[in-house]
Amino acid sequence: MNAMSPTQSVHTAEAQPLLEMVGISKSFPGVKALSDVALSLRAGHVTALIGENGAGKSTLVKCLTGIYQPDSGEIRVDGKPVRFATADAAQAAGVTAIHQETVLFDELTVAENIFLGHAPRTRLGFVDWAAMHARAAAILHGIDAPISTRVRLKDLSIAQRHLVAIARALSVDARIVIMDEPTAALSYKEVEDLFRIVARLKAAGKAILFISHKFEEVWRIAEYYAVFRDGRQVGAGLLADVDQHDLVKMMVGRDVAHVFPKGEPKIGDTVFSVRKLSHPTEYDDISFDLRRGEILGLYGLVGAGRSEVCQALFGVSRPGSGEVLLDGQPLVTRSPSDAIGAGIVYVPEERGRHGAITAMPIVSNMSLPSLRQTSRRNFLRMAEEFALARTYAERLDLRAASLSQPVGTLSGGNQQKVVIGKWLATRPKVIILDEPTKGIDIGSKAAVHAFMSELAAEGLAVIMVSSEIPEVLGMSDRVLVMREGRMAGLFDRQGLTPEILVRAATGNSEGRQ
Amino acid sequence: MSLIRTLLARRETLLLCAMLALLIGVTARFPEFATPASLANVFHDTSILIILALGQMAVILTKSIDLSVAANLAFTGMTVAMLNHAFPDLSILVLMGLALTMGLALGAINGLMVWRLNMPPIVVTLGTLTIYRGLAFVESGGAWVNAHEMSPAFLELPRAVVAGLPVLSWLAILAIGLSVLLFDRTPIGRAFFATGGNAVAAVYTGIDVGRTRFYAFCLSGMLAGLSGYLWVSRYAVAYVDVAGGFELNVIAACVIGGVSIAGGIGSVAGTVLGALFLGLIMNALPVIGVSPFWQMAISGAVIIAAVTINARAERSVGRNILRRKEIVL
Amino acid sequence: MSEITSARHIPDRLDSPLSAALRSWELLLVLVAVAIFIANSLASPYFLDPWNLSDATFNFTEKAIIAVAMAFLVVSGEIDLSVAGIIALASTLMGAVAQTGAGTGTLVLVGLGVGLGCGAFNAVLVTRLRLPSIVVTIGSMSLFRGLAYVILGDQVYKGYPADFAWFGQGYVWWVFSFEFVAFLILALVGGIVLHRTIFGRQVFAIGNNALAATFSGVHVERVKFILFLMTGVASGIAAVMLTSRLGSTRPSIAQGWELEAVTMVVLGGININGGSGSILGVVIAAFVMGLITFGLGLLNVPGVIMSIFIGLMLIGVIAVPIVFRRLAALRRRG
Repeated sequence: MNAMSPTQSVHTAEAQPLLEMVGISKSFPGVKALSDVALSLRAGHVTALIGENGAGKSTLVKCLTGIYQPDSGEIRVDGKPVRFATADAAQAAGVTAIHQETVLFDELTVAENIFLGHAPRTRLGFVDWAAMHARAAAILHGIDAPISTRVRLKDLSIAQRHLVAIARALSVDARIVIMDEPTAALSYKEVEDLFRIVARLKAAGKAILFISHKFEEVWRIAEYYAVFRDGRQVGAGLLADVDQHDLVKMMVGRDVAHVFPKGEPKIGDTVFSVRKLSHPTEYDDISFDLRRGEILGLYGLVGAGRSEVCQALFGVSRPGSGEVLLDGQPLVTRSPSDAIGAGIVYVPEERGRHGAITAMPIVSNMSLPSLRQTSRRNFLRMAEEFALARTYAERLDLRAASLSQPVGTLSGGNQQKVVIGKWLATRPKVIILDEPTKGIDIGSKAAVHAFMSELAAEGLAVIMVSSEIPEVLGMSDRVLVMREGRMAGLFDRQGLTPEILVRAATGNSEGRQ
Repeated sequence: MSLIRTLLARRETLLLCAMLALLIGVTARFPEFATPASLANVFHDTSILIILALGQMAVILTKSIDLSVAANLAFTGMTVAMLNHAFPDLSILVLMGLALTMGLALGAINGLMVWRLNMPPIVVTLGTLTIYRGLAFVESGGAWVNAHEMSPAFLELPRAVVAGLPVLSWLAILAIGLSVLLFDRTPIGRAFFATGGNAVAAVYTGIDVGRTRFYAFCLSGMLAGLSGYLWVSRYAVAYVDVAGGFELNVIAACVIGGVSIAGGIGSVAGTVLGALFLGLIMNALPVIGVSPFWQMAISGAVIIAAVTINARAERSVGRNILRRKEIVL
Repeated sequence: MSEITSARHIPDRLDSPLSAALRSWELLLVLVAVAIFIANSLASPYFLDPWNLSDATFNFTEKAIIAVAMAFLVVSGEIDLSVAGIIALASTLMGAVAQTGAGTGTLVLVGLGVGLGCGAFNAVLVTRLRLPSIVVTIGSMSLFRGLAYVILGDQVYKGYPADFAWFGQGYVWWVFSFEFVAFLILALVGGIVLHRTIFGRQVFAIGNNALAATFSGVHVERVKFILFLMTGVASGIAAVMLTSRLGSTRPSIAQGWELEAVTMVVLGGININGGSGSILGVVIAAFVMGLITFGLGLLNVPGVIMSIFIGLMLIGVIAVPIVFRRLAALRRRG
């Protein structure tokens, strides 16, 4: 697993940390995101921050970069307490970050995306465009990114945007570099490039916080680790002193790895077929069959085009060409309502944006796609809506104070249950779940997995989009892998290993280890 | 080749071509329309619109809108006209400084509500639109200030000819020059683009989105105040309904010039050309014998046409997944 | 955090509908209305006369009919600033048709038809071309009124048929005018549609999260299309009533009404960003505004001052709750 031996500089580990966080807490209405968290970063070393989605990693990053202000606790740089009231202040103190969602400006040029907020100035104080382009080009050259500084960001691919984000982080004279899941959307070669950049930063004496949940990456480039769970720090130290098993245990809070409730599948006839589905810019030549009682995993890197395909199947967007068959009949879905009518439903990845209407009560969320059933001749019947909501709330073991509670006040896991319940209430034939356990706690995760198996056993055909290899391997009967908008393989459950999936998804023919 | 294509795709080129076509069309039948003097007059006529549109552009770039500019203009214009009537010896420069300050203050009121109270700009400025114009009525009691009640200096300044152009035109040119510096070369100018382009990313870059909006409203207000003096002086009369509905022309100039109402997109050149395009149409109407009653309908139609064209240009392109192998050089 | 750890049975709601009603914006508005009513009756001895009160309703019923339709649009997250422009165009075209000697029935059809057509125009631009409704309706506001100016210039249309006057001046029973009764019926129908039908629920869903509504199978564009038609027709109805009441048409008719309609909607507790509010609130807000204008009228306050008052009210209604929330948050922290 470990290719590179820890550098000799580990011996200086006891030196004073460059940055320390002590007793940091942060609450939001209804959620305690961080409680009494500690973290140290040392110059010339990489500290890996490990934790499940929702463990508080992103909140920590936002506290470190001045986006959020902690409710209590102290941040020290060089042993001196500091306060980051704004993103500017954090940057001035030498903290820079490559954020998880690349937060950049589509309409501005590459150069300005790199230098916005700290552009080079002329003697009169005006923005010096020539210097900006020159320096931006130099930084991009330094990370082997052949991107023109004059194009607008909207004309770049995802990977290129990511390189711009990295260039931006490098454009300030920072001593502390935060990388929030930087490899999630990158192919094999791009990850290698990134690691070269990290090594260079390390040699230059920067303290690096590297957030990832890919253990192989962690062991390759980090010396220290910190594990977060439910907003607390549950372990930290030298990576050399622990193994992967220890970290997993800290991460999930119990000894055994998650056992997937995969029953013996009773797979029936083909219900749903996709033939040569293509789109001019997003995906190309996608074909597969889906059978009754089957769970088809859809794996790939972030941005491989999985959600785009699913949304086309659901009628949100239109494919350029291709055919979809339901029960052998050609099906054209011009809108989600067509798809729902035909018995195809989609549980979207972005719960807050596409899935739930967070300001509305649980009951109205659950009944929204089924209002025709609960109403009489267009007039609402609240009693029927409550009955429907209660049925699925109980089936999914929803935890809520009342059915009139706004969905936004529930935890992520319970919100997801509402969204899944709302779709099951329409009695679909095919259900597409896009990252169904992203960002939800371990208990809700298990409930969602158990429920998925139950649905398949009842004869529903399930498509599960997931970026988590254990989940894909644990739940799927077959796995379709996508890479850069194209099919990279369709695998049977038997004999499938993480290596095969990774190789297909990243396009690395030689294998990674 | 690609240079030509990018030039053609730009709003500025498109507008120039449209203006040229319009000019040729009108001149074919009425040759006197295209004389340098007549064109200078069109520019002179459009000067106030240009000044106001540059301020409005800042506001729209930050994904807001300022409907109160014409009311601000009327209120400030009435105030300086009444001051001039009451104290004819007061220096014009003092009055102009006062107009700028008062306009700035009225703009700041809008900006504060948007920034500090997080209120929707449309509601704030719809409200202040009636309030500011109402206040012009309150201070004047509905009475007019006519030309003979204004001092000669007050009336002379904008029309005094310097180096072949009236001062009003020079002021517009000055405003354009300063705007180029502001929008293209200063951090606050770039912050206008960033705030409207992606507010979340702006926060991550250390830009205070609310404060940036506040500055935009201040700028818009200040220029409206200046225009208040210029307007009453140019037309030699001040009354409550001065420049009624002119905020629509101002927004139209921006939208025609390619400023996206969704924020983050726009240019000084585009806005100026947008204003000139409107000015050219309005000046051509009487020449070709169309009733001035058409003006309102035309600005409405032009706003709708322009926003339709903008929307086509801005349509989002998706994630470009299949293109990731391509390298842009 | 109101999550319970081991709830097998989840109740429908926690607080009773009665207690919710007691904390509602609508109740506050009713109290305000009552206070103004009392103040007015103390200020002027003529106020309490049934015929005077009936006259007072003419001040706001036309605007309130627009406000009821506008409430739907605002709940859905859109706005229509062209309503007054629609009135101007509809009234002008009615006047033009009346000059040819057309009967009352034709005039009413023209008024409603123009409203529907203008609504459809906005609807196509917003839903088909996906343009922001604020800009579209700012544009169509001057387009519609501009066309009225093109047709009418600085002229006036008069000479409407005698029986046409009934829509703006007639009474259904005793002191109850046609305008007032029509407003109450339309408000009742509007309330039922918004709060008791699938369509209304979809309007709320769209206003809260249009993307999630689309993903839930709601035809967002279709619903919005209908809402713009509704606002157009409501403006057409208002145009018929106003023209009938005034008996004449100028292009400047109903100037600034869009502002008053929006103010009624916001005062009525409809969230200007969409997603929440009630028709009942808008109806009460219409009465509040009507009573205030009538009261100020009794005190001989000029119209411009009233418009300052309306502008302040529009801002105040949104700003005051925000300021109070800030103060409460400060006190909790301090």
